[in-house]
Amino acid sequence: MEKSDYLNLFHQMVVIRRLEERAAELYQQGKIGGFLHLYIGQEAVSTGLISVRRPEDRIITAYRDHGVAINCGLSAKEVMAELLGKATGCSQGMGGSMHMADVKKNFWGGHAIVGAHLPIAAGLALGDLYQNQKAVTMCMFGDGATNIGYFHEALNLSKVWNLPILWVCENNQYGMGTSVERASAVSDIRQKADGYAMKNHQVDGMDVLKVREMAAKLFEEIRAGSGPQFLEVDTYRFRGHSMGDPERYRSSDEVHRWQENDPIGIYHKKLVEMQMAGDAELNHQVDLAEQEVSEAVAFAETSPEPTVDVVFNNVYVEN
Amino acid sequence: MARITMREAISQALWEEMERDPKVFILGEEVGVWGGTYAVTKGFYDHFGADRVRDTPIAEAAIIGGAIGAALTGLRPVAELMTINFAFSAFDHIVNQAAKMHMMFGGQMVLPLVIRAVGGGGRQLGATHSQTPDAIFAHFPGLKVVAPGTPADAKGLLKAAIRSQDPILFIEHATLYQTRGEVPEGDYIVPIGKSTVARPGKDVTIVTYSKMLEISLKAAEALAKEGIEAEIVDLRSLRPLDMDPVIESFKKTNRAVVVEEGWKSFGVGSEIAARIYEEAFDYVDAPVKRVAQTEVPLPYNHTLEQMMLPKVEDVISAVKEVL
Repeated sequence: MEKSDYLNLFHQMVVIRRLEERAAELYQQGKIGGFLHLYIGQEAVSTGLISVRRPEDRIITAYRDHGVAINCGLSAKEVMAELLGKATGCSQGMGGSMHMADVKKNFWGGHAIVGAHLPIAAGLALGDLYQNQKAVTMCMFGDGATNIGYFHEALNLSKVWNLPILWVCENNQYGMGTSVERASAVSDIRQKADGYAMKNHQVDGMDVLKVREMAAKLFEEIRAGSGPQFLEVDTYRFRGHSMGDPERYRSSDEVHRWQENDPIGIYHKKLVEMQMAGDAELNHQVDLAEQEVSEAVAFAETSPEPTVDVVFNNVYVEN
Repeated sequence: MARITMREAISQALWEEMERDPKVFILGEEVGVWGGTYAVTKGFYDHFGADRVRDTPIAEAAIIGGAIGAALTGLRPVAELMTINFAFSAFDHIVNQAAKMHMMFGGQMVLPLVIRAVGGGGRQLGATHSQTPDAIFAHFPGLKVVAPGTPADAKGLLKAAIRSQDPILFIEHATLYQTRGEVPEGDYIVPIGKSTVARPGKDVTIVTYSKMLEISLKAAEALAKEGIEAEIVDLRSLRPLDMDPVIESFKKTNRAVVVEEGWKSFGVGSEIAARIYEEAFDYVDAPVKRVAQTEVPLPYNHTLEQMMLPKVEDVISAVKEVL
């Protein structure tokens, strides 16, 4: 890893954080509609994972997707524009917060029905296997998704067909307001992969470098033909499930304990300790990220609304 | 032209498309080693191999979800649901994923996906295995729903579906597999979303599709002996729904009967009747009649099951009521 790689990880995490903080404000102002699920607290997960993927590797995730979009190379502008429902958004204002994608960047969404994208991910991997492409599909989902049937059908199929897929469970401890312990028969979620004779691993999701190191190993093994593998990433969302969550299901002490492990703060400290960067340099990265996000907000606010033809022209390819 | 069965016509379309395009492959329960539970893919596994004729676990969401993902990568999967009754286990993937993805991501995702599903009652399979839920699927914009009633249409529509860029539910009727008809050899394409006049007539318009085409044709023959000439319009596709031949026929006959195998409430007949009233109200000489399945879960008992399904006599009496 070059110094610029280290700084880039930091930069991406800060862009995601700032972008979502601004999104929360815009939501309060009524400029963003629908649901808004913030990734704040989980930035190290997708930043670390996606930092090792090659362009041919496919990424697919659930509805908490803004960070994943940024890590896949979508600009803050097109993400923010999508949040505001504008024509310049990555899904032309048709999808909103939960349905972002850019297939040219191999980011396959943004899926809002819990667990439903797991079989689709298996299909993406099948597409590569069928066409002899040496690509890995990485499918991310929350702990809540491991309790629904789609999860089990998809994991089973991926093992039966030896698909090149990395299943990543982002265990943020709660499926909406129900804790893992209250919803899942096993709290150690990776054990579920044992039921499918699938190699499984666990990593600290608040440490971007640990996540990256683990991802590098797994991508390489899967690319070499290991078949599917399973990774559980322990993390925590600092904000509510969506905007307007009263958070009756957890104590503020618990939230504060996790916030002491803020992935951006930890990484900042680590970079200084490693003498990879100084405070001033990192603060400069924060300034750059803030500028990028401010420009994204201005871009989104001044972008045109999508026209009605975008709706009618996209119901079918062949009308 | 050869005179072949519906089963052979469907099989032929699949075989020819797989020979033509290596991106076309089949997945589903028992499609491979077994040869298909309705023997449609018999011989495919040995010829095309296990990669292109993929046996799956009994896991419908994985079958349809997997087919969606493969389609997104540019392949042309033909996913087989052993019966359309199992489509409910994959309902989210059919109506909430496949039907939405092109639109919802601003047009960037393309799903050239065909789902073959066998439906219909009349085989004493009990309530869970005998349904004709076509109208439910036709309700969703973003999905195309095709249901042929003749071997020729089955071949031509299936080829069109496999070559299409859109997700298509292709509904076959289990009791039509042995039905014979003239089927053009080679590249024969029937466009999706085009209704056709299956029998010309001047006195009444019968609108129907799939298995009920057979029933309606028999009714029309009987009516002809009494001097009543029924014109039959075969919808062939439920979505997109081509009303032009229906309206054209209705403007001539001023009377219509819609015959479907599914339940009447919120069904195909309701839709066709409403459109006739909307588009040709000035031509209405009698209320549009609907012939459909009695609104009960189908019983196992043979006599009772047959009693609940639309019959030739039901069509004849409905026609006489509107004349």
